[in-house]
Amino acid sequence: MSDPIIICRDVEKWFDDFPALKGIDMEVNKGEVIVIFGPSGSGKSTFIRTINRIEVHQRGQIIVDGMELTHDVRNIATIRSEIGMVFQLFNLFPHLSVLQNITLAPMWVRKWSKAKAEEVAQQLLERVGIPEQAEKFPGQLSGGQQQRVAIARALAMQPKIMLFDEPTSALDPEMIKEVLDVMIELAQSGMTMIVVTHEMGFARAVADRMFFFDEGLVVESGTPDDIFNNPKEDRTKLFLSQILTHD
Amino acid sequence: MTDAGNTQPASANIQPPSPPKLIVWLRRNLFNSWLNSALTLLAVGSIYFIGRAVLEWAFFTADWRPVTDNPILYLIGQYPRDQIWRVGASLLLVSFLTGMSWGKWQGVMRTFAMLLGAGLAVLGIIPAGGQMGSLAVRLFFLINVPVIFLGFLLGSRKFVTGRWVLGGWLFSFLVIPFLLRGTGAGTVLPIVETSLWGGLLVTLILAVGGILLSFPLGVLLALGRRSSLPVIKIFCIMFIEGIRGVPLITILFMSSIILALFLPPELRIDRLVRALIGMTIFSAAYTAENVRGGLQAVPAGQIEAAKAVGLNKFQTTLLVVLPQALRAVIPAIVGQFISLFKDTTLAIIVAINELLNIGKSILQSDVEYLQLQFEVYVFIAAVFWVLSYLMSFASRRLETALGIGER
Repeated sequence: MSDPIIICRDVEKWFDDFPALKGIDMEVNKGEVIVIFGPSGSGKSTFIRTINRIEVHQRGQIIVDGMELTHDVRNIATIRSEIGMVFQLFNLFPHLSVLQNITLAPMWVRKWSKAKAEEVAQQLLERVGIPEQAEKFPGQLSGGQQQRVAIARALAMQPKIMLFDEPTSALDPEMIKEVLDVMIELAQSGMTMIVVTHEMGFARAVADRMFFFDEGLVVESGTPDDIFNNPKEDRTKLFLSQILTHD
Repeated sequence: MTDAGNTQPASANIQPPSPPKLIVWLRRNLFNSWLNSALTLLAVGSIYFIGRAVLEWAFFTADWRPVTDNPILYLIGQYPRDQIWRVGASLLLVSFLTGMSWGKWQGVMRTFAMLLGAGLAVLGIIPAGGQMGSLAVRLFFLINVPVIFLGFLLGSRKFVTGRWVLGGWLFSFLVIPFLLRGTGAGTVLPIVETSLWGGLLVTLILAVGGILLSFPLGVLLALGRRSSLPVIKIFCIMFIEGIRGVPLITILFMSSIILALFLPPELRIDRLVRALIGMTIFSAAYTAENVRGGLQAVPAGQIEAAKAVGLNKFQTTLLVVLPQALRAVIPAIVGQFISLFKDTTLAIIVAINELLNIGKSILQSDVEYLQLQFEVYVFIAAVFWVLSYLMSFASRRLETALGIGER
């Protein structure tokens, strides 16, 4: 635990009187790949959304790259531009072309010139394997292609951390692999990643640590080896047996 | 299974079915049962008799003198005839910019430029009485055609960007009121009081002015209504609901008469401007509600994605939310603008000489015209119909053009 880039201490989050997060502790080191899994409603999506303050936590502390998340607008802006996020439903901007989707934030937030933003965007499209789709609109692409554009859009801001919120859950089976390949390549390049997913193959391949969430708490955490081969908690065992039986 | 289509092997050269021959189409669609045949005959018969009656009336019975004797009254009202070139110059400016927009953007602007050119050419040629028949006025109309084309040539040049054309339009909207009203006695542009303006000129000023001013105001009100700042939110809700709860006539009365009672005499606002303000705030309240509908249709995920890439609130609204919201409500907003355009006739009650009021004045100007109300109102209705239809046509074209990639 030498170089934590994300520190969460006792993070609590309530939706009205429903406790979504009941005190989460997590430290993520630079370059680490974290996989979060757990049943639906366990707070895993809510948790990663508090890290770039799309959800606001009510108690506890979240410190990203040495900066604490508070109501200070400048802090939030800085932190958001250092964290890329990929959503389950892609959330591409449908009125903009693929290229415009990627260049929008670099041009308006980083104040890059159009030429520079487009050059970077084209390189990123190359990296996610769809350089020929630059002029198309999101509605003209397959789900897998859209999700790869969404990854490119997040990477365009040159973030230090990438958050993935169930990035393959809305995809047809044959498209899951093309997205996971991009994510694996990203993990191997040294990016700090927090991934909410049930793709256990992905977890086995690249995760450094795994966290099992249930009812707003971290039930168990450990290396993939610990979790898969030697789970300690009954709930973890039960959940793993449910999602792994069909593998 | 004796159907001829099924005997071919499915793999052989699949082609879309060719359109049926006319006679087959008729039998299938219009005469496929005795009831349908009877309805078809009934409809054809009605169209024939009604159509013949209308055409007979329009070409033989109707007396179009109140329209044809002095048609320029319908266009500009009592605008001083020795200053008429100022209206002409404004029209030329609009023609030129329409031509430039055609050259720059093609599409619907092309249709508009052509219709404008054709319409003005017709006005320049048709037989007409009064000043409309004079050579000078005819030339003024006809010269618009080459001017549109000149604008087209300039607009299709590469170095002319869309910004230039938009700037040109903005410039014209700022300059035309000065050109028409004048800068002062003794200058090249002596003052022409707005009480002398009239006809289609005033109708278009109220409609175009109302649309251009109410649209941004409506968008701001809609955004304000969703603001997290309570003062702004409450103000916008009160404004919108206050205006929507009152008939337009009342608002026109208020802005025209009651407002003047409260303001000191040196702050007299021009009557036409007061009517324009009334129309604008009325239309803005309705536009705001339309836009709000569009804002609610933008999924929360879009705003989250915009936040996640680091855009601030203002950028999120301007670049992500509004473009999607406005696109979703184009039909509703154009409908609102068409009704605003027709509502300009209500300005009659605050003594604005818009098109309908001019029609009434003309009817009263000559004993011979008194029996010819029907002709005048049919003519005015036709003018409104043509312009309203053009707006709804443009809206449909705009929807198709903006629909790219939205599926």
